Amino acid sequence: MRFMFIVKSAHPAPPTPELMQAMHKLADREIKAGRMLDSGGLMPLATGAQVRITDGQLSVVDGPFVEAKEVIGGYAIFELQSKEEAVAAVTEFMQLHKDFAPGWEGTCEIRAFAQTGP
Amino acid sequence: MTAADTHRAILAVWRIEQPRLITSLARMLRDVPLAEDLTQEALVAALERWPATGVPEKPGAWLMATAKHRALDHLRRRRMLERKHELVAWDMEAEQQAMPDPDAALDDDIGDELLRLIFTACHPRLSREARVALALRMICGLTTEEIARAFLLPDATIAQRIVRAKRTLSESGLAYETPSGEELSERLASVLEVVYLIFNEGYTAARGQDWLRPQLCNEALRMGRALTAIAPYEPEAYGLLALMELNASRTAARTDAVGEPILMLDQDRALWDQLQIRRGMQALGRARELGGAGGFYALQAAVIACHAQARTAGDTDWSRIAGLYAELAAVVRSPVIELNRAVAVGMAEGPEVALVIVDRLAREPALKGYHLLPSVRGDLLHKLGRYEEARAAFEAAAVLAGNRREHNLLRRRAAEAAEAAMS
Repeated sequence: MRFMFIVKSAHPAPPTPELMQAMHKLADREIKAGRMLDSGGLMPLATGAQVRITDGQLSVVDGPFVEAKEVIGGYAIFELQSKEEAVAAVTEFMQLHKDFAPGWEGTCEIRAFAQTGP
Repeated sequence: MTAADTHRAILAVWRIEQPRLITSLARMLRDVPLAEDLTQEALVAALERWPATGVPEKPGAWLMATAKHRALDHLRRRRMLERKHELVAWDMEAEQQAMPDPDAALDDDIGDELLRLIFTACHPRLSREARVALALRMICGLTTEEIARAFLLPDATIAQRIVRAKRTLSESGLAYETPSGEELSERLASVLEVVYLIFNEGYTAARGQDWLRPQLCNEALRMGRALTAIAPYEPEAYGLLALMELNASRTAARTDAVGEPILMLDQDRALWDQLQIRRGMQALGRARELGGAGGFYALQAAVIACHAQARTAGDTDWSRIAGLYAELAAVVRSPVIELNRAVAVGMAEGPEVALVIVDRLAREPALKGYHLLPSVRGDLLHKLGRYEEARAAFEAAAVLAGNRREHNLLRRRAAEAAEAAMS
């Protein structure tokens, strides 16, 4: 099963060097284990844009966005056997935040890819 | 959480931690099969303990500490035995050094140990079946029951294969060694063969009733990705990975709603997995950069890449595919490759030219009884308007086809040819 992990946080600060290092090691291990297919960090929301449809009207809105609470900071795509494995993998990832970025709060969402085809 | 949920959660943690546990223990004990036994004991301990206590905050560290305790006990027992026999005095310090802080485990680079693990599990001294079972157990962390289900075999058969294979390794003094130099490429071929066997076992199962069979494809892909990550200068490892990623990219498009196979040229290309195609192309590119464009796996991957890159079936570069098969035939002389080349030539230059190749192959003893030979021949004859001969070829192919679904497909084609012959 393929999963996307989406990290969301209201924490504006960039990750601490310790957290960066720990995440890098974990990513290295997961690549070597053949489980991680892809990953990426995203630039701050303020530098992005949104294309919306409201009341049937299309509009393009540039950042910053005042109403945003938890913002997506990055994602990873994993190939795993089960949702339980996904939970275990993400728990380990979030534990790193607990250990190396005290005070950080956020969510890592686990979403299975929809099965394509029949 | 129900007991079954906890059990699944524990197995999930186990699968994630298992390679690191087994490689750390192998380094301590200098014995891969023994390390595998003791990590299994750590799993059993977790299965006994965690349902009551809950999964600990750092389950990996818990498993590592437990496994290392077992290993330490084992070393102590061995030391006592050795003292008894006055053979070797064990150095306490060596033991201390072999016991790094479990919390620092994330710092360990397991690459070399993982490579050793893979090479041990896939040792050419072992039978193919034993290598496959051992690899799935030691590298992928599958249980004996899971492997048995995936291969549609009784548990006892797999258990016995694993026990025998481990005994063979221990008794031949192959429990802890990494090949180097010239031996490496020979041994790598044995590893790649095992990975490809596992992949094909899952791939031919397509969408079986039991999800574990297709799951074998993912296990093989994982091993392939791991191999290229820890042995990044081996072109054929990239070639095989490319071949597997590119083939797996078509999984969703390969069968219809009732599970009947859809031929590649008839598949809905929108269902092909673009992430996997991209990864496959990257791996193929790397194989070529490393000078491995002409390798056995890289050439096959290049053929699939031609399909993956064609927007529609009509855009397929068949003359390139025919050329790649000609190269492949020079690497391994095989009538099956020649038959594949005939198909590509038929698409590139027309059925007449291809029929000459196919008729030459009809004399090959190795293809006697191979249903794809009359099947390809029937297709070419049909395209040439020789419907009566086409019908006979498809019927002959249907008799030889072992798979019910293929049999039905060929019967259908024979009927179509018969109808065309009448009109």
